[in-house]
Amino acid sequence: MFMSSPRTLFDKIWDRHVVVTRNGNEALLYIDRNYVHDGSFHAFGALAKEGRKVRKPRQTFAVVDHYVPTLGREQGLAGIADPEVRGMIELLEHNAKVNGIAHFGIDDPRQGIVHVVGPELGLTQPGLTITCGDSHTSTHGALGALAIGIGASQSKQILATQCLWQKKPRTLRVTVDGALAPGVSAKDVILAIIAEIGTAGATGHVIEYAGAAIRALSMQGRLTVCNMSIEAGARAGMVVPDDTTFQYLAGREYAPRRADWDKALEFWRSLPTDESASFDREVHLDGARLEPMITWGTSPEEAAPVGGLVPDPQKIIDLDKRAHSVQALAYMDLKPGMPLTDIKIDRAFIGTCTNGRIEDLRAAAAVLKGRKAVVPAWVSPGSTAVMRQAEVEGLDRIFRDAGFEWRASGCSSCAAMNGDSVPAGMRCASTSNRNFEGRQGKGARTHLMSPAMVAAAAVTGKITDVRKLV
Amino acid sequence: MKPFTKLTAVAVPLDMANIDTDKIIPARFLRKPRLPGYDPYLFHDMRFNADGSERPEFILNQPAYRGAGILVTGANFGCGSSREGAAYAMLDYGIRCVIAPSFGDIHYANELQNGMLPVILPEEVCRRLRGQLHDQPGAQLTVDLDAQTVTGPDGTTHRFEIDPIYRERLLKGLDDVGLVLQYQPEIEDFERGHYGEMPWLA
Repeated sequence: MFMSSPRTLFDKIWDRHVVVTRNGNEALLYIDRNYVHDGSFHAFGALAKEGRKVRKPRQTFAVVDHYVPTLGREQGLAGIADPEVRGMIELLEHNAKVNGIAHFGIDDPRQGIVHVVGPELGLTQPGLTITCGDSHTSTHGALGALAIGIGASQSKQILATQCLWQKKPRTLRVTVDGALAPGVSAKDVILAIIAEIGTAGATGHVIEYAGAAIRALSMQGRLTVCNMSIEAGARAGMVVPDDTTFQYLAGREYAPRRADWDKALEFWRSLPTDESASFDREVHLDGARLEPMITWGTSPEEAAPVGGLVPDPQKIIDLDKRAHSVQALAYMDLKPGMPLTDIKIDRAFIGTCTNGRIEDLRAAAAVLKGRKAVVPAWVSPGSTAVMRQAEVEGLDRIFRDAGFEWRASGCSSCAAMNGDSVPAGMRCASTSNRNFEGRQGKGARTHLMSPAMVAAAAVTGKITDVRKLV
Repeated sequence: MKPFTKLTAVAVPLDMANIDTDKIIPARFLRKPRLPGYDPYLFHDMRFNADGSERPEFILNQPAYRGAGILVTGANFGCGSSREGAAYAMLDYGIRCVIAPSFGDIHYANELQNGMLPVILPEEVCRRLRGQLHDQPGAQLTVDLDAQTVTGPDGTTHRFEIDPIYRERLLKGLDDVGLVLQYQPEIEDFERGHYGEMPWLA
C-alpha cells in the first residue's frame, strides 16, 4: 500500500500509524502505548471534568516516579510524610483503578522511573508509537520506537481517543563514527552532540542516531543518548532496531512470545532505515575524538570537555545567547577562563531516567571501589528492579562503603519534586539531564556528567577527569 | 476554549535565548491543582526574593510593564520540560501571546492547547521590537491572528506565518478532542487492521 521509495525508520513508523490526514499536513496519529505517572493528575482531572473515559486502558500504563520519596519506602504509602505528595500517589492509583489501567505503585517490584520501566518490562518495542506526559519520553526511541513527550492537554486527548494530532516532523540523522575511547560513555556522546548543535539544534525534527559508535552501544547506552534528544530540542530520538534490541527484549514481561515473537521479529527486521533513504539534515561527529564532558552553565548546550576552561560569554556572538551565559555564570558562580577541573563540588547524585540503569551503577561502582566520597552523595536507582539487581551484584555495598546513601527508586534529585533537593548555593555533580536554574532545588547549581565522572568528582571533591583515576 | 482573534496589550521584552520552562514555573509549584491562581508562580524565582518580596530589577516588577499581556523574547522560548503549568502561569497572569524567533516544540503545543498564540518572527524583528519596548516602557503591541500581523509601537506591521490548522483552531476556539471524535469510524477501522497485524499488542 505504501510507495516503494526508500524510507527512514521514522517514515515507516509514521506511515503505519496515520489514521487520517487533515488539511494536507496534520496527521491523526494512532498511539500504541501511553504512559502516565504521578504528575499526570492534570490530564486525568481534565478527562474527568469533561466526563470522558480512557479509550484503551490496556494500552495505558501507570507508574509512580516524580513525587515518590526515596527514603522510608519500606513503609509504603504510610512512609510518605508530606500529605500533598501522599495524595498524589494515591490519586494515580485511584485514576488507574477507575479506568482499568495497569498500575505499578509505590510498593510494586516493577515500580521505577517511567522511562526506565517501559523498556525494562518490554512495553516499549520497535515500531511502536509511544507518548507520555514527560519530555524525556524520547528515551524509548532507543528501541526503534517513535516516542513523543506531550503536555497535560495532549495527554488527556490520548487518554480519551488513543490518537494525537501531529504535524509531520522533519528528520535529522546524527552519525557518530569511530570507536569511543576508554572512559568515554553514552552520556559524553549526547552531551557532545548537544554542545555541537545547540539546545534548539533539532527543534521540529526527529533525530536518528547512527554510525559505528552508536551501533556499538548497549541498549542501556542507547537509552541514555535518546533520553537527552529533548535537550537538543528534538520531538523524538531513535536508533534503528538490531540484534542488540531483540536480545534486550527477549523474555521480558510484556514482550511478545512464541509465534507472536516470530511475527514481531519479522516486523521489527523490516524497520531499519533503507540504505538510500534521505534525511532533511545530517550531522557528523567523530566518536574517536570525544572526551568526557561536563556542563558549566544552565543550559545543556553549555557543555565542554573536562579538560577545558569556563568560556568567556563576551566571545559569544549571538547577543541573546550571550545574555543567557552571562546570567548562567553568575548563577553558577564561575569565572571565565577557569579550568573546569578547578570547580569544587558539594554534592554528588547518581540515578535518573538518563543514567539510572544497571550499567550506569556498575560504571560508577568501578570508580568508587576502595575509595571514599568526600561530599554527601546518594544513588537512586532508575527502577526497583535495577536496585534489586545491583544488590544481587553487591554494588549497594560498594556505594555504601564509599559513603553514598543507597536510596529507593524515583526521579529524586533530577527535578527535586519529591523534596530530594540540593540546598541553595550548593554545587552538585549529577548524572541527570538538565542543569537549568533551580532544577535540583531553588538556588542549586548542577553540573551534568556521566556516572563514572560523578563518582570521580565524589571522591576528589572537584570536577575530575575519570580517566586519571582508572 | 476561548477563541483568540486580536489582542492589543502592553508587551514585555525578555532579552534572553533558551528561557526554559523551569524558569517560567519552578517544578515545586506543579503539584497544585489546575484552578485559577497560577499567576504568582510565573517566573517565580526571577520575580521574587526568598522572603517573597519582589525583585525590583526583574522587568515584570517595573511599574510600566505590570499587567502585560504579551511577551517578546529570545530564541527557543519554553525549551525543556513538558509542564503545562508554564502555560497556566502565563495565562493566569494575563499573558495570551508570546513572540519569539523559535519555541520548544512541546511548549509551543501547550500554548496552543490553552488558547494562547505563539508567534514566530525573525530574530532581527524580535530584537527590534524588544528595543522599542525598552525605549518606551509600557508600550503596546497589537497581534491580529486573522490578518497574521504584529503591529509595533512605531506602527510598523510585521506579518507572521502560522499553520492554517492552528490558526483556525485558535480563531474558533476548537477543542482537539472534539476534532478527533469526528473521525471515530476511521479510528475503529484503523484499530481493526492494526491489531489484526500486531495481535501481540491487543
